[in-house]
Amino acid sequence: MPDLKTEEMVVQMGPQHPATHGVLRLEITTDGEIVRKINPHIGYLHRCFEKHCEELNYHQIIPFVDRCDYLAAMNNEHGYVMAVEKLLDIEIPERVEYIRVIMSELNRIASHLVALGTYGLDIGAITPFLFTFRDREKILDLFEMTSGARLLYNYIWIGGVAFDLPNGFVEKCFEFIDYFLPKLKEYDDLLSYNKIFIKRTAEVAIIPPAVAIEWGITGPNLRASGVDWDLRRDEPYSIYDKFEWDVIVADGRVGVLGDSWSRYYVRVLEMEQSASIVKQALEGLPSDENVKSAVPKKVRPKEGSVFFRSENPRGELGYYIISDGSDIPYRLKMRSPAFCNLSAISDVGEGLLISDLVSLLGSIDIVLGEIDR
Amino acid sequence: MDYFIQIVTDLLPGLNGLPQWLVIPSIMFLFGALIFTGIAIYSLIILWFERKIAAHMQDRLGPMEVGGWHGWLQTVADAVKLLLKEDIIPAVADRKLFKLAPYIVFLAAFAVFAALPFSDKIIGSELNIGIFYILSVSSVGVVGILMAGWGSNNKWALFGSMRSVAQFVSYEIPIGLSILVVVMSVGSLSMRDIVMAQDGGIFNWMIWQNAPFNFIAFLILFIAGTAETNRVPFDIPEAESELVAGFHVEYSGMRFSIFFLAEYANMLAVGIIASTLFLGGWQGITGASSAPGIGLIWMLLKGFLIVLVMIWFRWTLPRLRVDQLMYVCWKVLVPISFFNMVGAGIWIGLSS
Amino acid sequence: MRAYFIDIFSGVGSVLVGMRVTFSHLFTRSVTEQYPREKIEMFDRSRNRLHVDIEDCIGCYLCDKACPVDCIHIDTIKARPGEDLGLTEKYEKKKTFVFPKFDIDMAECCYCGLCVFPCPTECIYWISDYEFAEYDRSNLNYHFGNVTPEDARVRYEEAEKLKIQKDKEIAAKKAAAGTEIPSQPKDDSTESAE
Repeated sequence: MPDLKTEEMVVQMGPQHPATHGVLRLEITTDGEIVRKINPHIGYLHRCFEKHCEELNYHQIIPFVDRCDYLAAMNNEHGYVMAVEKLLDIEIPERVEYIRVIMSELNRIASHLVALGTYGLDIGAITPFLFTFRDREKILDLFEMTSGARLLYNYIWIGGVAFDLPNGFVEKCFEFIDYFLPKLKEYDDLLSYNKIFIKRTAEVAIIPPAVAIEWGITGPNLRASGVDWDLRRDEPYSIYDKFEWDVIVADGRVGVLGDSWSRYYVRVLEMEQSASIVKQALEGLPSDENVKSAVPKKVRPKEGSVFFRSENPRGELGYYIISDGSDIPYRLKMRSPAFCNLSAISDVGEGLLISDLVSLLGSIDIVLGEIDR
Repeated sequence: MDYFIQIVTDLLPGLNGLPQWLVIPSIMFLFGALIFTGIAIYSLIILWFERKIAAHMQDRLGPMEVGGWHGWLQTVADAVKLLLKEDIIPAVADRKLFKLAPYIVFLAAFAVFAALPFSDKIIGSELNIGIFYILSVSSVGVVGILMAGWGSNNKWALFGSMRSVAQFVSYEIPIGLSILVVVMSVGSLSMRDIVMAQDGGIFNWMIWQNAPFNFIAFLILFIAGTAETNRVPFDIPEAESELVAGFHVEYSGMRFSIFFLAEYANMLAVGIIASTLFLGGWQGITGASSAPGIGLIWMLLKGFLIVLVMIWFRWTLPRLRVDQLMYVCWKVLVPISFFNMVGAGIWIGLSS
Repeated sequence: MRAYFIDIFSGVGSVLVGMRVTFSHLFTRSVTEQYPREKIEMFDRSRNRLHVDIEDCIGCYLCDKACPVDCIHIDTIKARPGEDLGLTEKYEKKKTFVFPKFDIDMAECCYCGLCVFPCPTECIYWISDYEFAEYDRSNLNYHFGNVTPEDARVRYEEAEKLKIQKDKEIAAKKAAAGTEIPSQPKDDSTESAE
C-alpha cells in the first residue's frame, strides 16, 4: 500500500507510568508499536543534593547520601565515608570494616531483590515481586535491629559505625542466609527459567560490551555484557580482598551476552555471592573492639581533593570531594551509576517494541532518586 | 425457555391476565434480569476469591476487615465505591463512543449467556446452532473495545485497543477449530445435544473421546479462551506495566466497573462453554441427576473450576509480547488445532 | 521442526513448574501481620519519635547544631539566681537555663538520629511511639519547653532589667576606675570573637 499515509506518534511515557520506576519521563516516537526515538527527561526528583552538601558539615551529609540511592543506602554511605576517610587519612578498626562489609553486602542483596521483583512486575509476573519483598523484609529487620531504621540508616560513620552489632545479630544473620539461599531456587522456578519470561527478555535489548564501555555502564549491567570488571576485586577497597568469592560475569547461557535476561540473571547470581561474603565476614568477625575508637571529634580535612569509587549494587559509585580546610566540603560531586546506565537507553532502545523498552528499562535497574539527586 | 415460562406463569398467575404479546417479552426480561443479577453476584464472589487466592499464593492474607470473616464483603464495598465514584469523561474524548463502549463490551459478554445451558431445563434459548451463535456473538465485544480505545482519545488506550483487536481476531480461529472437533463427533451444533451426547458418567465426557484429539482440543480451547478474555499471560491489551491500563485507561467509576464485569462474565462464559463441550455440561461425575437443582450446581462448579485455573495462571505467569502472542496463535495453536481437527475427523471416520 | 516442538514442550513444562510453586504457596502460612490487632515489637534502637527530658537539658545547643535539617528550635533564658529547678534524673541539682522554647518538628525531621549522639546528658532520645499521625501538620511540632509564654515574658523582662542593671554597674565601675582604661577596643575584640 504505497499510498497509505503513515505518521509517527509521540508518546509520553511517564512521569506517571508503572514501568518507569519512579518519575522518569521518556518521550518516545513510535511507529505503531516500534520505538523510533527515545528522549529521556529526568529531574523530577531533583533535590539539590550536591548544593546541599556545600552547606552541611561532613557528618551531616551522610543522611543525604542515604537518600540518593534509597534502595542501597548502606552502600552509598560506605562509599562516601571511605572517600572522606581517604581525605582525612585515618585508620579504621578491623571490626568496623567487617561490619561495613556485612552491611553493604546485605544491602546489595536487598537492592537486587527489589530489582528482581520489580523486573518481574514489568514483565507482568506479580507474584515474584511479593516474594522478593517478603525476603527483603528480613534484611530490613536486620538493619533495623542494628541501626534503628529500615531504609535510611545513617549507620556508617566517618571513622566507624554508629553502633556496635546488637546481641543476637550474628545468629539472626546466619539464620537469614540459610533461609535465603533456597529461595533463589524458587525465583528460578517461578521466573528466571519460565519460558514466557525467557522469551520476553532473552535476546532483547542487547548491549554489546563495546557499547556498554562507551556509555560508561557499570556494575551488573556491565558484567552482563561479558566484561569482567568488579571494583571489589579489581580495585579492592575496605577488606574485600580477604574473602573468597567470584565475580559474576554473564555467560549467555540463555539468549546472548548483554541481553535483558543476562542483566537479570547476573543479579540473581550476585546475591548468592554476596550471601557467601556475608557468611565469611560473619565467621571472621573480630570480637571486642570499640567501633567508635577512630571516629574523629571534628572532621576538618586538609585542603585538597579526593576521588573514591566503590561498587554499588547499580555500578560504580564515585565521590569527588574538594576540601578548603573547613568542616564543610567546598564541593561534592557524586558519580551516580544509575545515571550513566540510564543514558544508554536512547542508543540501545531504538527499534525496540514498547514492551521491549519496558523490559530494557526494568533490566538496567534505575533508581530515580540517584539519577536526579 | 419453555420450562422457564411454565415456572414463571405458575409462580405468577397474574401474568396470564396480560395480553399474549406482552407475556413473552416480560418473561424474557425477567430471565435477563435474573442472569444479570447472577453475573453480578458471581463477579463479586469470584473477585473475592481471586484476591484471596492471589494473596495466599503470595504469602499474604488479602482483605481481612470488611464483613468479618476474611473480609468477605470487601468486593461488595468496592463495587459500591465504584458506583458512587465520579464518572469522568475526558474533555477531548469522543463522548458518544466513550459512553457507549462499555455497554457494548458487556452486551457481547451478556448475550453469550442466552444460549448457555445451565442445566437440563434452564437454558435461555434452545438454539439448534447454539455454539455457532455463541462464537459469533462473543466477537461483538471487540467492537466495544475498539470504541473504548478510540473514543478515549488517549494514545495508550489506542495501543491497547489495537492490540486487542488483533488478539481477538486471531484467537477466534483456534477456538473455532477446536469446537469443530466436538461438533464433528456429536454431529450437532446444539448445546443441548452436545451435553446429551456425553451422558453416562465421567468416562463418557467428550474430553476422553477420540483418543488424544479431544483432549488437545480442550487444551487449545482453554488457552485461546484465556486469550479471548484478556487474562494473563495474554493480557496485552491491558498490560499494566506497558500501557498503564490499556483500552480502559480513561474510564472511571461505573463504566470502569462494567468493563470489569464484562471480563469476569467472559471468564465464566469460557468456563461454561468449555465444560459444556468437554466436561459433560450439567451432568455429574456419575451421570445426569433427575433432581432439578443438581444440574445447575454441577454446571457452575465446573465453570468455577476453569475460572479458578485461569486465576491461577494469572498469578503465576508473566505476560507475552504482542508479536509472541501472534506467534502462539498463528504458529502454534492454529496449526495444532488444524491437524487435530483433521486427525479427529479421520479417527471418527475410521471408528464409525 | 524438532526445535519447534521442544520449544512448545519446554514452554508448557516451565509453566507447570511455576504453577507448582504458586500452588505450594497457597497453603503455606502467610507472613502478613494484621497491624492494628497484632503489633510487632520494636527493636531497642528503632527510631520512631524524638523525646526530650527537659529536666536534664543543660541548653548546650549541640543537638540543634547536629541537625542537618534544622528541625530543632531552642530558646534559653538564664535561670533566676538561686532558683530551684528541681532535680535531674541523676538526682543532681539542676541549674543554668529554663526553656521557653524547645520544639522538635517531626514533620521536618529526617530521622537520622544525629542529634541523639552528641547530647552530654542523654536527655534527647528516641521513644518507641510510632503512631503519631496528625490531621494538621502543625501538631507534629512537639513542644518540650518548660516555661509558659507568660512566664517567659516575665523572665525576659527580668533578664532585660538585670542586663540594664549590670550595664549600669559596669558603667559605674568604669567611671570609678577612671577614663584611661581602653575599654572600647576590648569590646570590639569580644564582638569579633563571637
